Amino acid sequence: MAHVVIPPIRRLLTRWGIHPDSHKFPAAGLDIVDAGLPPLLVLPLSQQAGAPARAVVKVGDHVLRGQLVAEAVGHVSAHVHASTSGTVLAIGDAPMPHPSGLPGQGITLRPDGLDRWAPREVEPYPINLAPEEIARRVAAAGVVGMGGAAFPAAVKLALGQRSGIHTVILNGSECEPYLSCDDRLMQECAGDIIEGARLLLRATGAQHLLVGIEDNKPDAIDAMKVAAHPYPEISVVRIPSRYPMGAERQLIHTLLGVEPPAGGRAADVGVVVHNVGTAAAVWRALRHGEALTERVITVAGGAVAAPRNMRVRVGTPLSWLVERAGGLTREPARLVVGGPMMGVAVPDLDVPVGKGASGVLALTAAEVGEREPSACIRCGSCVVACPVGLMPLEMANRINAGELGQAEDIGLRDCLTCGACGYVCPSRIPLVQYFAHARGELMARERERKRLDEVRELTEARAARHEREAREKAEMHARRKAERAAAQAAEAAAKAAATQEESA
Amino acid sequence: MEQMITAVMSLAAIGSGLGVVLGVAARRFAVEGDSRVEEIVAMLPAANCGQCGFPGCEGAAQAIVEGEASPTCCPPGGKVVALAIAGHLGITLGDDDMEEAPKIAVIEDAICIGCTKCYRLCPSDAIVGAMKQLHGVFAEACTGCNQCAEKCPTGAITMQELPATAGTWVMPKPPMAA
Repeated sequence: MAHVVIPPIRRLLTRWGIHPDSHKFPAAGLDIVDAGLPPLLVLPLSQQAGAPARAVVKVGDHVLRGQLVAEAVGHVSAHVHASTSGTVLAIGDAPMPHPSGLPGQGITLRPDGLDRWAPREVEPYPINLAPEEIARRVAAAGVVGMGGAAFPAAVKLALGQRSGIHTVILNGSECEPYLSCDDRLMQECAGDIIEGARLLLRATGAQHLLVGIEDNKPDAIDAMKVAAHPYPEISVVRIPSRYPMGAERQLIHTLLGVEPPAGGRAADVGVVVHNVGTAAAVWRALRHGEALTERVITVAGGAVAAPRNMRVRVGTPLSWLVERAGGLTREPARLVVGGPMMGVAVPDLDVPVGKGASGVLALTAAEVGEREPSACIRCGSCVVACPVGLMPLEMANRINAGELGQAEDIGLRDCLTCGACGYVCPSRIPLVQYFAHARGELMARERERKRLDEVRELTEARAARHEREAREKAEMHARRKAERAAAQAAEAAAKAAATQEESA
Repeated sequence: MEQMITAVMSLAAIGSGLGVVLGVAARRFAVEGDSRVEEIVAMLPAANCGQCGFPGCEGAAQAIVEGEASPTCCPPGGKVVALAIAGHLGITLGDDDMEEAPKIAVIEDAICIGCTKCYRLCPSDAIVGAMKQLHGVFAEACTGCNQCAEKCPTGAITMQELPATAGTWVMPKPPMAA
């Protein structure tokens, strides 16, 4: 596996995807700087995929950097740690990076400026740890997928142990425009990434590791190749630049030529995909005992004075980051946390960044390029662009007509909501918003249906209870009546016997 | 003459024979009510709250099957039940039929006197409380059937829309192209 090259035939046959302007410079050309400590941090309790974490500190508590402040709840969840030392000011509703703009649960922390770490468990040779121990420590450090979806990394590792993984893929494609945090991380911390990748290999029991990097990041490819050189099981692969190359299925197909079944997982074809940032975080967690308290974020966009990649504490508000990037040169038309294609548009700069945030973008009106949608001209551009091979126009039509079930029948569940269809649409139809709406609506209906079923059960249980109580009452009455009757009869019999005796 | 008698007799024999068969079949394979009514009853929340204006959920199911009521007539069931029934009966629902957001009972702490009337009435055991104790509503179990609010002697119970949270929020449908 030392030299993996993508077969030219597969390159030629690849039709999906789009080639948006990359906008990666100037941030991609500058080294990562530390964003420093903001005056206030807000640690979101729901910054991972799955269930929100439960706070384990109280208001007024003094916490150290890396100290557990909220624990994972349920199987798919992740711990949250204090990202610096300081005092817990509040636990409760705080502004959150959510498309609704609604607040969510968070822990507000006032840094004391000392940035003291909690005791760390240093491990000189973590590669010697047992796979289960690696997964346990990754979970304890609260590491989640750093590519954007923020899926708890330990859950993925445990999944790998169970399902016979032969290949781990490190995702260094970074296909979204503007973002260059993975690019810079690969250039500056290639060693950490490769060491972390070896731990991921050991934890999953896989034999091969492929690092897929888009060909628009030649410096990152070089740095990673040098770092991976001593390890024959690791190969760094140049992959063509196109969006959404970083999507799990598209990356697997490009690198290995196999495709996980619809509705299935990557593990079904013996593969697990991790982001390069996750590998670096895994290394820091195991080697240095550091919980995930910071990450690299690209602060960019036309309205930002000096775009830059920054090492940012989890929970830093957007306003602080924008200020560190030289402030805003003009009023942004849209603020986005994450990439411009799949990120979350947020209402203001008060929201904090979570572990999964790869970018903070302040985009100008020209960059957003929003226009009034016109009617579909049935050109089929969206069908060509769709990386999953769906028919976005047909799905949108059905959703428009309220036939969500029919949209589901033609593949709504397989949609990545990557936005490639909406990007190429000459009529500027907001296709991906239709799909996001339909999926949210279907999920809400499913939730409500489950709730009503439970309420039905309660109602029936209550009816049964009342019936039983009424029956028991009636039975008791009948028994009492019978007892009374028996007593009366006995009395009467006794009386009769007495009179008989008397008369006799 | 003979031919006529033969014809009449044979027709009479066929007629009475078929009549007996039909009579037996009618007895044997009789359908008690419309089976669809039972299926619809199974879909309704069984609160028997009467908000639809029919006597209980069975009455509503009867009316829906007969086409006298819309599947959207059940406020506790909401959109989910309406869509399920419409799908089952092959009725198309308009987009605007179900605009009203679901509501649940909320008890005003300051006015509740702890009389347990609502607690005893709630069809889904969604209210907890005891004599002279403040009562509370389990939002998850409340269908918003309004029976408690009608019986509350102090008017402490009102039906309120659930506030949207980040967990329940759904991206709105984008406006249609002109």
